[in-house]
Amino acid sequence: MILVIAEQKDGKLNRASWEAVAAAQQLAAGSMPVKLAVFGQSLSGVAGELAAAAVAEVMTVEHDALALYTPDAFVHVAAALIAQQSPQFVMLAHTYQTRDFAPTLAARLDRALVTDVVALRQFNGQPAFARPMFQGKLVADVVLDGPAPHLVSVQIGAFRADAVQKGSSAAPVTSAAIGIAAGVVRQTAEAPFQEAKQAVDLSQAERIVAVGRGIKSQENIAVAEQLAQAFGAELAASRPICDNGWLPMERQIGSSGQTVAPKLYVAVGISGAIQHLVGMKGSRTIVAINKDAEAPIFEIADYGITADLFEVAPALIAELKK
Amino acid sequence: MKIAICIKQVPTREWQPRLNDARTWIREQDASYEMNEPDAYALEEGLRLREKHGGEVVVCSAGPTRVQQVIREALARGADRALHVEDDALGAADAFTAAAALVPAMQEEQFDLILTGLQSDDQGHAQFGPVLAEKLGVPHSTIIMEVLVDAPAGGGAATGIRVKRELEGGWFQHIAMPMPALLTIQSGINQLRYATLKGIMAAKKKEIRKVAPPAGLSSRLKVVALYAPQKSKQTVMIGGSSAEAAAELVRRLREEARVL
Repeated sequence: MILVIAEQKDGKLNRASWEAVAAAQQLAAGSMPVKLAVFGQSLSGVAGELAAAAVAEVMTVEHDALALYTPDAFVHVAAALIAQQSPQFVMLAHTYQTRDFAPTLAARLDRALVTDVVALRQFNGQPAFARPMFQGKLVADVVLDGPAPHLVSVQIGAFRADAVQKGSSAAPVTSAAIGIAAGVVRQTAEAPFQEAKQAVDLSQAERIVAVGRGIKSQENIAVAEQLAQAFGAELAASRPICDNGWLPMERQIGSSGQTVAPKLYVAVGISGAIQHLVGMKGSRTIVAINKDAEAPIFEIADYGITADLFEVAPALIAELKK
Repeated sequence: MKIAICIKQVPTREWQPRLNDARTWIREQDASYEMNEPDAYALEEGLRLREKHGGEVVVCSAGPTRVQQVIREALARGADRALHVEDDALGAADAFTAAAALVPAMQEEQFDLILTGLQSDDQGHAQFGPVLAEKLGVPHSTIIMEVLVDAPAGGGAATGIRVKRELEGGWFQHIAMPMPALLTIQSGINQLRYATLKGIMAAKKKEIRKVAPPAGLSSRLKVVALYAPQKSKQTVMIGGSSAEAAAELVRRLREEARVL
């Protein structure tokens, strides 16, 4: 059996959970049942939604201590549910929440965990899990050793939510009673909040010029600004640029920033780390300008120019003004 | 406050990967190395906490002899001393193995606060911190953008921390927990300092305690193949001079992609 731990917040399902379900159905290939679990409070709506998938069961664990996520509560509940259910695999979407508790869960169970998986493969008849390594420059096929369950988290966007097989009728929803004794949860969580309302909504932009480490210094940001202007585009950036304070955080594209899918995305001096690609790979046309011909950004680009951005950008600005 | 910073040495960003003959790992001897960038932010945060609350910063790393390069760098930036769990086999260690290698020596030290980067720029498992926390039996939180230490009024040792954790899409959350605790630090939490000449000279006299890893370490993640990613798109590479490439790109964006 494969157990998928779905993620919700305030009764709203995280869409990436569907991708984990799709991956689990693909791994099961009809030869193993798939069950879904979700933790929190007031979960009937989320459970009903999940029950549309072709799965054996949807299990909810509801508890006051699960209302606001903490790693200790989630590890405790997941470990107890795994002990009851004895799955062969536990699958999750590689969200920030998964990153926070799944490694601890694996350590507590003393089981293998492979994270950020982008494809399922085979090696000598065993499942192998493809995952990026070295900033996306390479992909590794990883085989998991040791006793079951093996834990697997799948990269957001790597499996298609619309590939989930739906059931002919709703899957049964059950509630698992798992106690959480005093002292189990050491963290005290407060409600999530957003910093100052985002002034820039890049998700609505038709064209985006995004700049990365290749821009080298704050003074050079002006070059990117002029290029964006010439394209009639919003200016955005990869994380390191915002970390350095060269552009405000609200212009950051990627897993910790905004997710965009414009008609045109021009990546300038961006190598294409996974955390950035996650935020923009849905763009319709992607242009990459980078002096490193091996940069991962070229793998998803429609058009590529291998050259120094400080030579290409002025030429492009001149051409666009013609 | 006794603060541990776990750092990793990783190949530089400019490094072009070359594979070993079996195509299961990189040729480590060809790589040039640097400090994992998120760990550099963890180090900086540790130094700032020491400046504010006193105590010492101990840099901890597991790896072959070569990792002394980044240990020296951390000492030059201001860490007080270092713990190096040294073994050639740790060069390719995954997060579980690296954590298991560090546990006995770190347990002995009884740190109040352990900081490390949210993930490594090489293997990128994003597991080391939470795994180490579990193995040390301390609470943790990840992807931290701010660390506040509860300093009790009227002095005395701090007993807890309150942190700002980054969530996806511009959301944050505050979480409090007692110390000892472990935090993984997000890049950009602070502005990094670099080593001064004085710091580099001082680092030469600082202690690096070398320890052998515990016996019986083995990895459960077996890399059976390592390869360049397959392209998901057919990329049209545009060559020529800058002016030619610019003209060709703009033409294609107008006529082919129709996005201008």
